[in-house]
Amino acid sequence: MYSASDLRKGLRVEIDGVPFVITDFNFVKPGKGASIYNCRLKNMITGATLTRSYRSNDTLNEPKLEERTMRYSYKDGDEYVFLDKNFEQLTVRAEVLGDSRFFLVEEIEVDILIHNDAPIGVELPTFVEKTIVETEPGARGNTATNVLKPAKIEGGYEIQVPLFINQGDVIRIDTRTGGYSDRVRTA
Amino acid sequence: MLALRSRILRAIRQFFDARGFLEVETPVRIAAPALELHIDAMPSGDAWLRTSPELHMKRLLAAGCERVYQLGPCFRQGERGQKHHPEFTLLEWYRTSADYRDILAETKALIAAVAKAVLGRTWLDYRRTHIELMPVWELLTVAEAFRTFAGWNPVEYFDADRFDLDMVNKVEPNLPTACPVVLMDYPAAVAALARRKPEDPRVAERWELYIGGIEIANAFSELTDPAEQRKRFEACAAERRVLGKPVYPLDEDFLAALESGLPPASGIALGVDRLVMLLAGAVSLDDVLPFREP
Repeated sequence: MYSASDLRKGLRVEIDGVPFVITDFNFVKPGKGASIYNCRLKNMITGATLTRSYRSNDTLNEPKLEERTMRYSYKDGDEYVFLDKNFEQLTVRAEVLGDSRFFLVEEIEVDILIHNDAPIGVELPTFVEKTIVETEPGARGNTATNVLKPAKIEGGYEIQVPLFINQGDVIRIDTRTGGYSDRVRTA
Repeated sequence: MLALRSRILRAIRQFFDARGFLEVETPVRIAAPALELHIDAMPSGDAWLRTSPELHMKRLLAAGCERVYQLGPCFRQGERGQKHHPEFTLLEWYRTSADYRDILAETKALIAAVAKAVLGRTWLDYRRTHIELMPVWELLTVAEAFRTFAGWNPVEYFDADRFDLDMVNKVEPNLPTACPVVLMDYPAAVAALARRKPEDPRVAERWELYIGGIEIANAFSELTDPAEQRKRFEACAAERRVLGKPVYPLDEDFLAALESGLPPASGIALGVDRLVMLLAGAVSLDDVLPFREP
């Protein structure tokens, strides 16, 4: 249980059973008036934000959150299966992963955030390597990185890549933006 | 930053010295902090650190001083934010035979004198806002400000809970910033040590100065009636008890000073760290306090 005076940026709290993270925090107090703790909060499941003002005697629950480091194992329909080092299994649904699901690579290590035993977020390493399965043939000699063309990676996700990239090339993707980073090796 | 602060302090002292004020020092560690509902003192052994030198300053007036000022540290428990620090520097000055309007005129002269001494001009560009410190200060009654920005009138019906919340979330962010703004005539309920306005006893003769949206100073015509003061302290003590807050003893020496006769007087507290912030163009006290507690 947190009291209002514990609130600060980055703290995770629970409102109506939903975990929120404080993204902006401001202590305000009008002259001779009561302390007010203004917070902007982000819903850790949906990403939606809201603002709330708390008073000194308000309390907030601490969400039951757990972070587990696991390895991606396989996909089963709309569900993605991860294993921890004791081979304990955890299934994450596609909507929790969002676009991250296209960047999963077998055996890749991820951090899974779990709220009340339900996975709510998966954090991938910043860079993953993926093979290009489909793109227009590369323009030989064109090393410009600012002219882009569409390409498909394994799993069907479309990404913009420079013209010199060919089918079969392995590229690095920045999982924070979902964008092309650089080429790892050629086909 | 240290040089700027030092110049500001010097300009303040020069201003008051030229006006015949006596610089005084009163105890920092005290037995009886003023009873205010939302101001909490820090314990210091079997006493408290002062939250303001106010009661001692008024005792000096009752003892015969006519013009006194003090610059020094004050302490408030649990106040830390962009514009708050648990230890901060207050400038307080008090005058006999004056009311809150006289103190307002004097504050205006002080701000102009400090700005001229420190910046060589009486305008500021603070956080992309141009502020003309002189010659016009906009006066708004609390009733007007709340009607305009919050849609209700706290003088007709006072809702303590809503008052503070709307003050910080609706009124303060919307105050004009092109010049200093004075919010005046607060509901009597939020002016524990101020005199009621003779023409309208629902409000107290209290004002707050805002520059660039930052609250800089709080002033009032002092309450000099010992019976009324005792009643207010006792009511506040009862409220604090209900809220589970520490209840400080009544300052009987201060009440005795009122009994002995405090002439009509007015006084003000001005946040020096915030004034430095403003003149330095800083957004947070982080940028102006050399030893900021984490």
